[in-house]
Amino acid sequence: MDFAFSEEQEMLRSQARSFVTDRFGAERVAQLAETEAGWDESSWDAMTELGWMGLSIPEEQGGAGFGFLEEAVLFEELGYGLYPGPYFSTVALARRALDGAPEQLKRLASGGSRLTLAWIEGGRAKLLPETGMSTQAQESGDGWTLTGEKHLVPDASAATDVVVVAAGPEGLGLWVARCEDAKIEMDPTMDRTRRLGRIIFDGTPAEQVAGAGDVRSTLERVQMTAYAALALEAVGAGQAAFELAADHVKTREQFGKPIGAYQAVSHQVVDSYIGIELARSLAYWAAWCVAEGDERAPMAAAAAKSFAGEAAVASCERAIQVHGGIGFTYEHPLHRYYKRAQWIDSFDGFGSVQRASVATALLGS
Amino acid sequence: MDFRDAPEEASFRSELRSWLEENLPDGWRELSPSRTRWNADVSREWSKKLYEAGYVGLTWPKEYGGRAAPYTHQAVFLEEMVRAEAPEHIGVIGLGMAGPTIISHGTDEQKNRHLANILSGDEVWCQGFSEPGSGSDLASLRTKAVRDNDHFVVNGQKVWSSFAHIADWCILLVRTDPDAKKHQGITYLLVDMHSDGVDVRPLNQMSGEPEFNEIFFSDVRVPIENVLGEVNAGWGVAMTTLLHERGTLGFALTSRLEVAMNKVVTLARETGAERDPLIRDRIARHWVELQGLKFTNYRALTTLVKTGVPGPEGSIAKLFWSESNQRLTKLALEIMGPRAQLDGDEGIWDGYWQYQQLRSRGNTIEAGTSEVLRNIIAERVLGLPRSR
Ligand SMILES: Cc1cc2nc3c(=O)[nH]c(=O)nc-3n(C[C@H](O)[C@H](O)[C@H](O)COP(=O)(O)OP(=O)(O)OC[C@H]3O[C@@H](n4cnc5c(N)ncnc54)[C@H](O)[C@@H]3O)c2cc1C
Repeated sequence: MDFAFSEEQEMLRSQARSFVTDRFGAERVAQLAETEAGWDESSWDAMTELGWMGLSIPEEQGGAGFGFLEEAVLFEELGYGLYPGPYFSTVALARRALDGAPEQLKRLASGGSRLTLAWIEGGRAKLLPETGMSTQAQESGDGWTLTGEKHLVPDASAATDVVVVAAGPEGLGLWVARCEDAKIEMDPTMDRTRRLGRIIFDGTPAEQVAGAGDVRSTLERVQMTAYAALALEAVGAGQAAFELAADHVKTREQFGKPIGAYQAVSHQVVDSYIGIELARSLAYWAAWCVAEGDERAPMAAAAAKSFAGEAAVASCERAIQVHGGIGFTYEHPLHRYYKRAQWIDSFDGFGSVQRASVATALLGS
Repeated sequence: MDFRDAPEEASFRSELRSWLEENLPDGWRELSPSRTRWNADVSREWSKKLYEAGYVGLTWPKEYGGRAAPYTHQAVFLEEMVRAEAPEHIGVIGLGMAGPTIISHGTDEQKNRHLANILSGDEVWCQGFSEPGSGSDLASLRTKAVRDNDHFVVNGQKVWSSFAHIADWCILLVRTDPDAKKHQGITYLLVDMHSDGVDVRPLNQMSGEPEFNEIFFSDVRVPIENVLGEVNAGWGVAMTTLLHERGTLGFALTSRLEVAMNKVVTLARETGAERDPLIRDRIARHWVELQGLKFTNYRALTTLVKTGVPGPEGSIAKLFWSESNQRLTKLALEIMGPRAQLDGDEGIWDGYWQYQQLRSRGNTIEAGTSEVLRNIIAERVLGLPRSR
């Protein structure tokens, strides 16, 4: 039993920490959040150069041949820095559907593509669809075309390619298409560092990456990886909000004392610390289970996502409270952590949805 | 990172598992839950058996009856005890507090005299720290000890002392220098509870059970060689005890919570509450919390193994456990609905949960109140300004 990251993984962590503090510090993120694009495309090249895109991609496809534990370190740190860019949608969502598409993995590892996943459409929001989809895939020549409209697609405008859940002649499947061949409309999103959009396909050429036989298992893998990644991001964002709170209450004085001397204040900060530490433990457990393909991975990932999402939201709310008026302003960075934490919490249903699947594992359905 | 057992951990686990299989007290598995509640006779006999098989004091030095095994073996041990729902060792305070403090601060004679006896359950210990006027502000304690040649003569009163009514020895904090600053005039004594002048009076807890006691000391003579650490330097020694009380013990308590969690799942099945979506959500929430607590303990343990000092996460163990246990036991009552009011033989599971729920209210008071523990985390772990 060993519950710590390796030295190499810790080195990766410090590399990622300097990336999000030196190159994409809070002020830069605040600026980017107000731009039309919402992110800085050059960051993708920088991350590719650091070798981050291919971390879990096999060496034959130009990757580093590591696994999810290395990516886990990045998710936590990028969450800490609220990195705005399609890393989550690429690595946690789309990449998990591409194991059978080596050419796609090659492009990704070389920095040639940025991806997202489109699964939601009118009336259907679950990542694991129970029935058919109105988005259709049709055979055309030696390829496929997609027709339909997908909603709430993460980082839709930042992606170059999109993996789509659609109904084909044999049932549900997954196809990958170029975003430039579809129409993209971004929607106003609370978290301006991770926006949602609509993608409209109208005879858009596509390549099939999973058929009726393996769509379910692929989406299950996508789901548990996304849950684990979001739990790690939540730990990062929740930690950042907790640190802002702890620093503030040490220096802000009222009634002649630092406000952190009042227990009504300090105990809130302690509760954030506890929540984030428990979330961290769950997130690391989930990350390890996903990396190892442990049989408990789906349950661990659902557990971690439900707890960490809520812990991060609570950490932000307490941080806002102990900051007083300043924490309530748009100027102050806290609201961005708060919005990200809520984005995470809401993903594929709030915490109660993941707890329902934990309950099924414990109690049967 | 590897959440699996290393090969030697796995072999320790399987050896222990089969040992438990063969050695659990006769008929233990068939007992109703309330009958498996703490019982001094069962616990004493069981402690001896565990000790003889070498499963007590796994991490303690070999020369004092331990195994000098890595801390991870202790984690495996606790997990397997949960799995088997085995009885508990009689010496909670000896194993969790007195023993580790003696290991850190004791003379060779003290170690030889006590440690093996703590492991075997031959010496049961109690803790005489709290007094009527000194609870959270422990350092204000007034029980006094005056030097008389090669003895200290102790006079005063302690209160809330768990298991004092069955204890052979007591870790006792006394004031030996009334003129020094309050933290500097305290001495830590090892006191024979069978000495003349020791008077133990049981106090009923809100469940009706007498688990803790008042202890009155009148002219109790304690030999000078029973001072643990230096005279007037008892506060530092007491800190070691409290660290173990809230850390090491918190670890063991988490494994008890796991037993309770499994029992709640069984209860929900038996009562049909497993179909209620609200109950399902709360059971899942507890299960998730419990995994979070368990792996947080394990992370602190990894830091301990690598650096010799437990990680700061360890400070969470007792605090979060106590509050979680209160919520969990209350959930058990809710699962029973109005019948939750029936206690004893009339109750579902013979009053097991009624007792557990009431007992859990003590969890946030004993071993440092939740308020005090939050102060400690705020000040020592997070570096916030002092609240006093
Ligand atoms: C079941 C049980 C078993 C016990 N076993 C033992 C034992 O074996 N040996 C032993 O020595 N003692 C034992 N105790 C005693 C226990 O350690 C004390 O009860 C505890 O330290 C609190 O002290 P007190 O009861 O005097 O309460 P007080 O210290 O008077 O506290 C009352 C309330 O005030 C709050 N408070 C006090 N100071 C502060 C502060 N600075 N900031 C914020 N809030 C504060 C407390 O949190 C609490 O809510 C046991 C207690 C219980 C309930």
